[in-house]
Amino acid sequence: MAWKFADGKAIYLQIMEYILMDILSGKYEMGQKIPSVRDLALEAAVNPNTMQKALSEMETYGLISAQRTAGRFVTTDREAIERAKEAMAKNFTESYTNNMRKLGYGHEEMAAIIRNLSTESAEKEQNAATDRKTD
Amino acid sequence: MANILECRGLVKKYGSFIALNGLNFAVPEGRIVGLLGTNGSGKTTLIKLAAGLLRKDGGEILIGGNPPSEKTKMDISYLPERTYLYSWMKVRDILDLFADFYSDFDRNKAVDMLRALHVDTGLKLRTLSKGTKEKVQLVLVMSRRARLYLLDEPIGGVDPATRDYILNTIISNYNPDSSVLISTHLISDIENILDDFYFIHNGQVFLQGSAEELRNKEGKTVDQLFREVFRC
Repeated sequence: MAWKFADGKAIYLQIMEYILMDILSGKYEMGQKIPSVRDLALEAAVNPNTMQKALSEMETYGLISAQRTAGRFVTTDREAIERAKEAMAKNFTESYTNNMRKLGYGHEEMAAIIRNLSTESAEKEQNAATDRKTD
Repeated sequence: MANILECRGLVKKYGSFIALNGLNFAVPEGRIVGLLGTNGSGKTTLIKLAAGLLRKDGGEILIGGNPPSEKTKMDISYLPERTYLYSWMKVRDILDLFADFYSDFDRNKAVDMLRALHVDTGLKLRTLSKGTKEKVQLVLVMSRRARLYLLDEPIGGVDPATRDYILNTIISNYNPDSSVLISTHLISDIENILDDFYFIHNGQVFLQGSAEELRNKEGKTVDQLFREVFRC
């Protein structure tokens, strides 16, 4: 299954996000070898040069490191990953707040919605837990 | 980066009709290039000139620095728009023919690909559907280790699953010394595998660029740009 890419945004940037997510979600562990450019290009159904560019960019951010013959590995530098995670969290939040502002919401209202949402989902979880007990 | 294919001021006429009108064009090494244009814009003419099937009427066309010849033909693997294979031959016989003809033909690779595409090599070409014939033809072309692959409408007549397989084949076949030139109308299907694109119109290059740069700087896909430029 090919990866999904949004229109009108450089694919190498989207690939970087994909792979970073794979690192953050634990699909690739720290220090783990990642597949070759060709295999990743096939998996994503993208041009191998584009995949190459995405991986080189990730190297310059210190997220992966290339070893001459052995291939590419996820960094063992926890801080580098942490920095990338924060940058990504900021991106997600910005796109959320931008959309919400268009709808006319201010930051306080957004915060309230998020708080409500998290109480709701906590309640749901609790209910589900009680349901399981009564079953 | 050296150019595998280079055209300067290329001209081709059919009688009084000018098919290519001073075309400037280049395919560098290790690139996958899209040759895009409306019907009758000159795409197939350009490909046939590069394949050495037509003679130019002016300008220059070079393959690896040399004019088209028997020698450059060995470096080029060409997928024509229409099949040229004998319909009375079995798929298996055509594999033998290609193995005889081209020293760079990898028969095992072809057999593996045909198996993946569920093509029975014992069948005569005549008995195959149009789409299956196209699969066979593409397998033959992609099973050569050529420097330049010229694919004229490779995905037009096949189902979406086969289309994915073809794109996969182009990706897995990629190597930094060879290049692929793909002509097609189905831009959105192939644009994620393109490095560069050329829009051809009335026998000239109308617009050219890098697909990633277009996405990055203008926030557009190649398909969107094409529709804007050639709106009817």
